[in-house]
Amino acid sequence: MEATIATENNNKGAWTGGGKEPLGASYGKMMMWFFIISDALTFSGFLAAYGLMRYKFLDSWPIADEVFTHVPFIHGHYPMYYVAFMTFILIFSSVTMVLAVDAGHHMKKGKVTIYMLLTIIGGLIFLGSQAWEWKNFIGGTYGSVELQDGKIVQFVDASGHQIALEDFVVQSNEARVAHTKSNGLWFEKDAGSLPPYTVNEVVESFKSDATVSLRTEKINLETKEKTILSREEALKYLANAKGVVKGANLKINEYGNTLFANFFFFITGFHGFHVFSGILINIIIFFNVIIGTYERRGHYEMIEKVGLYWHFVDLVWVFVFTFFYLV
Amino acid sequence: MAHAESHTGLIWKVFGFLSLITIVEVIFGITKPDSLHLSNFLGTSILNWLFLILTLVKAYGIAWYFMHLKQEKASLRRAIVWTAVFLICYLATLILIEGNFLGDVLSGRYTKWFYR
Repeated sequence: MEATIATENNNKGAWTGGGKEPLGASYGKMMMWFFIISDALTFSGFLAAYGLMRYKFLDSWPIADEVFTHVPFIHGHYPMYYVAFMTFILIFSSVTMVLAVDAGHHMKKGKVTIYMLLTIIGGLIFLGSQAWEWKNFIGGTYGSVELQDGKIVQFVDASGHQIALEDFVVQSNEARVAHTKSNGLWFEKDAGSLPPYTVNEVVESFKSDATVSLRTEKINLETKEKTILSREEALKYLANAKGVVKGANLKINEYGNTLFANFFFFITGFHGFHVFSGILINIIIFFNVIIGTYERRGHYEMIEKVGLYWHFVDLVWVFVFTFFYLV
Repeated sequence: MAHAESHTGLIWKVFGFLSLITIVEVIFGITKPDSLHLSNFLGTSILNWLFLILTLVKAYGIAWYFMHLKQEKASLRRAIVWTAVFLICYLATLILIEGNFLGDVLSGRYTKWFYR
């Protein structure tokens, strides 16, 4: 089985350590494994922190199926499909990477070139998909209202399905001014741009439309669904309304707990950064293959080392996928 | 390096296997059967345990066949896998127990879900 692993047996290279190979791995490969283990522990630290907050707010955490529901060119509620597509893209780019490694063992320069190119393209599609996912998350879907104590309430129709603010809010003619530094306390500012409606508009429209009701973050742990309030209770909630929220950022999140958005941005962002640097490394190696660096070196071990990193990025995504979208 | 044999057949088989697991995960993630989703076993639902196990199987497939751990010396493989698995299990266990405690404290006394 050793045949499938390229080994560096000459003593001429700078980092061959005189040809000594502890545990049967060359210097470069060993160091890549050191890096991968430490990076794996970093990611598990992040995911464990996510788990800590998830358990802490077990009865009010946003339900991922209700957050990530967008599919390009199709309007409607489609959870999971898009992120499943992203997973396939990354697994497939892992396959082309491992095919490149395999072709490298046979010193087939042409095949290595093509498979490396496919791997780079797969990585770029994944990164683009992630950017699109972020765009939807930041832009928001329905819009919601924040209460004085920081809780988020969402609006539902008579059948209990979430509805967007524009489905029931009637715009009044109040003049609205964004808070700027020049005409107020310099340390106070609006979180980004003005939300689409004012709190008063939303509350008044809610009062006049009896078919609309309110949904709180509170999860009924028996049915694992968010609690829908009666109209009387809902009005008591809305008496504490503080602001209208559309979309998600690091300070506020229309889907519920702000920490959910913070972890989403941080963990998928950190993973996306790994994909980005993986693509850069792949591009460098791709051009090295084309100009024949590894042909002259006599082996394609570099493809294998870069491949280890690329597969690791895929491995991390498998876990991110599970903990953000499935569990 | 003696004659190198090609593994493309195996690679495509592993790809099929990983895809199959992903499809199963997605189907369960969309349908969420009540019998699995609303159950409780060792701190979370059986569905979540299923997802976790399928994820670990996928991780095994990637590490063993794509990252070639299967073909490395057993000593290197064990140094990598045992270390990581031990440390991650240790971290996750302690932190999740703590999170559970924090949740119990908050939901019992400090979070109110009614307004006057």
